[in-house]
Amino acid sequence: MAVQALDTARLPVDWAKLVQKLALPTALFVVAYGVVPAYASGYLVEAILLPFLALSLAAVGLNLLTGYCGQLSLGSSAFMAVGAFGAYNFNLRVEGLPLAVTMILAGISAAGFGVVFGLPSLRLRGFYLAVSTLAAQFFVQWALTKFGWFSNDNPSGVVSAPHLAVAGLSLDSATGRYLLSVTTVILITVLVSRLVNSATGRNFIAVRDNETAARVIGVPVLKTKLLAFALSSFIIGVAGVLWAFTYLRTVEPAGFNLDRSFQILFIIIIGGLASIRGAFLGAAFIVVFPLFLSRLGAFVFGGLFDSGVLDMSQRIVLGALIIIFLIAEPNGLSALFDRLKRRIGSRSS
Amino acid sequence: MIGASLGAAAYERAPEISRILAGVGPVEDTRRARLSAKADAILTLNGIGISFGGVTALSDVDLEVKSGEIRAVIGPNGAGKSSLINIISGLYHADHGTITIDGQPFARVPANHLARLGVARTFQNLALFGGLSVRDNIASGRVHTRHASFVEHIAGLPRARREDAMIAEKTDQIVAFLHLESVADRLVATLPYGLQKRVELARALVAEPKLLLLDEPMAGMTATEKAEMAGFVRAARDRHGVTIILIEHDIGVVMGLSDRVAVLDYGRKIADGTPAQVRADPAVIQAYLGTAEGEDSEGI
Ligand SMILES: Nc1ncnc2c1ncn2[C@@H]1O[C@H](COP(=O)(O)OP(=O)(O)O)[C@@H](O)[C@H]1O
Ligand SMILES: [Mg+2]
Repeated sequence: MAVQALDTARLPVDWAKLVQKLALPTALFVVAYGVVPAYASGYLVEAILLPFLALSLAAVGLNLLTGYCGQLSLGSSAFMAVGAFGAYNFNLRVEGLPLAVTMILAGISAAGFGVVFGLPSLRLRGFYLAVSTLAAQFFVQWALTKFGWFSNDNPSGVVSAPHLAVAGLSLDSATGRYLLSVTTVILITVLVSRLVNSATGRNFIAVRDNETAARVIGVPVLKTKLLAFALSSFIIGVAGVLWAFTYLRTVEPAGFNLDRSFQILFIIIIGGLASIRGAFLGAAFIVVFPLFLSRLGAFVFGGLFDSGVLDMSQRIVLGALIIIFLIAEPNGLSALFDRLKRRIGSRSS
Repeated sequence: MIGASLGAAAYERAPEISRILAGVGPVEDTRRARLSAKADAILTLNGIGISFGGVTALSDVDLEVKSGEIRAVIGPNGAGKSSLINIISGLYHADHGTITIDGQPFARVPANHLARLGVARTFQNLALFGGLSVRDNIASGRVHTRHASFVEHIAGLPRARREDAMIAEKTDQIVAFLHLESVADRLVATLPYGLQKRVELARALVAEPKLLLLDEPMAGMTATEKAEMAGFVRAARDRHGVTIILIEHDIGVVMGLSDRVAVLDYGRKIADGTPAQVRADPAVIQAYLGTAEGEDSEGI
């Protein structure tokens, strides 16, 4: 009797918790698969959502390496390129390879690269490591331009992305590409969030926070760093596939320059290091911010605000913002978001 | 301060040792005692020397640590105490000498296998994982017992879950043992210094080591915190049977807590024996008085 009473007394609490826990994912799911495909304009999907999704995924990947494991990298764009060109070539050269397999193989290629260029991390730290990851950046761009084979000997070096289809269903439309992108991003994000909350994720954090202590208690430091490089590069590689196949619709080395590496680094700094949500907040900011700035500039300055001025003002404002974030809010938008939520919570209760 | 509280218990706990050191007792007895002491030694250092550039941090240091004892290492700042612990834990590599851990001799101790050799340590300066909770910091002390891969972790496969459950149980025990329940779920970086020191002890203890190296576990603590910490160190030895090497500046604490004391000065071992013997040693008095005038150090 007593046990039963206790059980029923506890049940409503559990339900409330469950609802609370499932509310946000359910809402996101409904928006991602219901609202957006049904109502979003072509412009919203092509110009905002597709780059947002690809960059978010790249930022999730870099956050795993830099935010969680503490290994600074400026090679993200190179790993995106390896993913994109990998997918292009697997698709081109293997007849009838399913899209999912193509993407996984592309990710694995990027992971292989990541491990090779992660080897210096066993010796180098911080700034020096970042400089050594630049080598990846320059090497990959050089190799892709130098060897025409990667672009199927296309004279311009720019190749169109292949047709996208899953199980015979074409995904070439804006909505189709969006569905491919959003599904990939959701799947990988779920896996990453499980990873960072597991013992492996805690090993990453241990290596980041105190490598010596981590080593002495038995964290396999070398293995942990290389695993972080491999997983991070895999994810960034898949993000590169999304960037080229679903957003740009072309594959070219120039799309993956050093600027892109910095952009992804800025996303995780602005969004918040070691936060998955931060990767999405930062990516949303980076994608929406130039559009906002150009509208605002055009509104205030009219015709004077051309693309040159826009580009320059964008760099200045972004640079200033990054400095402000680094000094005032090292935990990024994600921490601001939490504080806002707490304030609203305390006001409503 | 020389007359600070003395662990008289030390004499009762290890009569053979004190007799050997005092050079008394029948020859036959001494020999047998020495043999058994050898067999019982969980750690032996032979002729350890290390220098950094021109600075000789340690030269020709011998040290023997018997299973189950609390072995203090004292000495003025810069005497080489931390270097000694770093050599035992493999973070420094000695230029000369051998380190024998539980019968296994090493010229260089492999730091990444330290936990599996049954050795755990704390650091003079806090070395916690600031981004993890107290509980996760402590649990990380058993990371060497994990075998599941990251795939098993992501998928939540049975082996990963079993390891998590086993480690959670050990962690809970240590959390209770060191009275950390009320802060267990807080981020460790938000804790006051004294509690962080305790979490570091917990992270070392959860590994259930045979040998525990404590580098100034009470440094910077209030008198109350020190007494509490001393209680935990003693309890760790008494209840879990762990052998402890303790570096500590507070002579009162050292004399009360340890079975044997080694004294380092300028990288040399100048005395070794029971607290009473060491306290009465002219070389020790000389070393301490010499530095006490210069830098007004705590302790004797
Ligand atoms: N990693 C190191 N590099 C250079 N010198 C060191 C290093 N570690 C210790 N030393 C030097 O070795 C000597 C002993 O230092 P340490 O072992 O820290 O002494 P203690 O712990 O007794 O205060 C000091 O002179 C110190 O400067
Ligand atoms: Mg020291």
